[in-house]
Amino acid sequence: MKGKKIIANAYIWLLLIVLYAPILFIVVFSFTEAKSLGNWTGFSLDLYKNLFTGSMQNSSGLISAVKNTLLIALVASAVATLLGTIAAIGIYNLKGRKKQTMTFLNNIPIINPDIITGVSLFLLFVFLGISQGYLTVVLAHITFCTPYVVLNVMPKLQQMNPNIYEAALDLGATPSQALRKVLVPALRPGMISGFIMSFTMSLDDFAVTFFTRGTIGLDTLSTYIYTDARKGGLTPELKPLMSIIFLIILVVLLVINIRQSKNTAKQ
Amino acid sequence: MNKRSSWALPYFIFLLLFVALPLVLIIIYAFQDGSGHFTFSNITKFFTDGDALGTFALSIEVAIENTLLCFAIGYPAAYILADNKLNRSAVTVVLFILPMWINALMRTLATAELFNMAGIPLGKGTLLFGMCYDYLPFMIYPIYNVLKKMDKSYAEAAQDLGATPSQVFLKVTLPLSMPGVWSGVLMVFMPTVSTFAISEFLTNNKIKLFGTIIQENINNSMWNYGAALSLFMLLIIGVTTLLQGDDHAEQASGGII
Repeated sequence: MKGKKIIANAYIWLLLIVLYAPILFIVVFSFTEAKSLGNWTGFSLDLYKNLFTGSMQNSSGLISAVKNTLLIALVASAVATLLGTIAAIGIYNLKGRKKQTMTFLNNIPIINPDIITGVSLFLLFVFLGISQGYLTVVLAHITFCTPYVVLNVMPKLQQMNPNIYEAALDLGATPSQALRKVLVPALRPGMISGFIMSFTMSLDDFAVTFFTRGTIGLDTLSTYIYTDARKGGLTPELKPLMSIIFLIILVVLLVINIRQSKNTAKQ
Repeated sequence: MNKRSSWALPYFIFLLLFVALPLVLIIIYAFQDGSGHFTFSNITKFFTDGDALGTFALSIEVAIENTLLCFAIGYPAAYILADNKLNRSAVTVVLFILPMWINALMRTLATAELFNMAGIPLGKGTLLFGMCYDYLPFMIYPIYNVLKKMDKSYAEAAQDLGATPSQVFLKVTLPLSMPGVWSGVLMVFMPTVSTFAISEFLTNNKIKLFGTIIQENINNSMWNYGAALSLFMLLIIGVTTLLQGDDHAEQASGGII
């Protein structure tokens, strides 16, 4: 058993080392000022300085790409959470064929690869004659985010005792009070996890944005990196930016996880 | 409570407009020429276009190879992570999912750069390695979830009844974990078969996958041919989903009986 454990641990750590090699590579080379990855010219914090003072080539491009990414993710996941929660309540109360149809339609964006979602929405906007830009990108992101909100809220509806809502009405609550004081608190955990999933997917999206952003020069971080790499030579300041993002995510996930395991330990 | 079913209506309209109609448009555009007349030429063009056909076959081949590779590497990892005796820490699981939060394009570029530094020429080998690296967490996580929730008493019962450890694994643990395997397969196969950008970066544009061809056609305003190619991609997805659905149901019921 002990030998087995050593082999198992060695396997896991080997995989983790391979998985993290490229990320560590970016982090290490963010501390040198060389233009290209893999070129070490001595320790330096210049790239970080450039990133924060905005004194780099094409700085406005990178900064607006970061702003766009965050803004689009925020708006899209907020709308998706609202739309998805209302939809989940509706679908939960549907029966028979109508419910099946809604569930089927809701699953399509989840199963579809990004490129199909992207191309099909591109054709839609061309067909409707809508000029592509912020609005179309946000609409596209709402399209692939909302199904995940529905999937996250649905189990909370199934766990909830429907009589509680009726009881609130019987005890004199108006429907809107019952909604705010009974329904929303019960669904909140599902809404929050749906929002977080939407937000991270929107942040990471490349293909859908690529097809729906049009030609007005709208860039998110993903499309910025793509265009940059196609031109040959990444903006060096992307290295410190990615390192900072990595650090934030690492800390947030570890804190959430340690808290969760503490909570389960308490129970 | 019944009136509440009408709350599904806004989303229904949204789904019709942004999910159903766009898919119908792929079909319509695929059967039209540039001036909107009905034609089969986009479809016949695909079947006579050696380049496109070759890329199509290559994409499926790469996707299958990548899925098998992810399964071969990911299953043991998921098994170890889900085993309480071998792994006590939930943080290890988080460490496997964490790279997914880093921009995929950036990770892929760094991988390609690592290959360059190590003097490994970019080609099919690096493409497979890089894709496996990108999609491995998608295979590990669903399998881990199923294994974690699995009732351990089945395996113990098999052991008590005299099964050897390898028999316990092959006849009990593996069949019971198949739903997780299938969702892992779907989550790896679909994105791999449709990927673009990632394959360009990992092979320095030497190897084109199907996604790249679709993207090139759409970007060069060849919408109708691009739509026809997307239609073929939709067909693969439909077939895979159906296959997966059947197996899934079979495996689930087989597991219970």
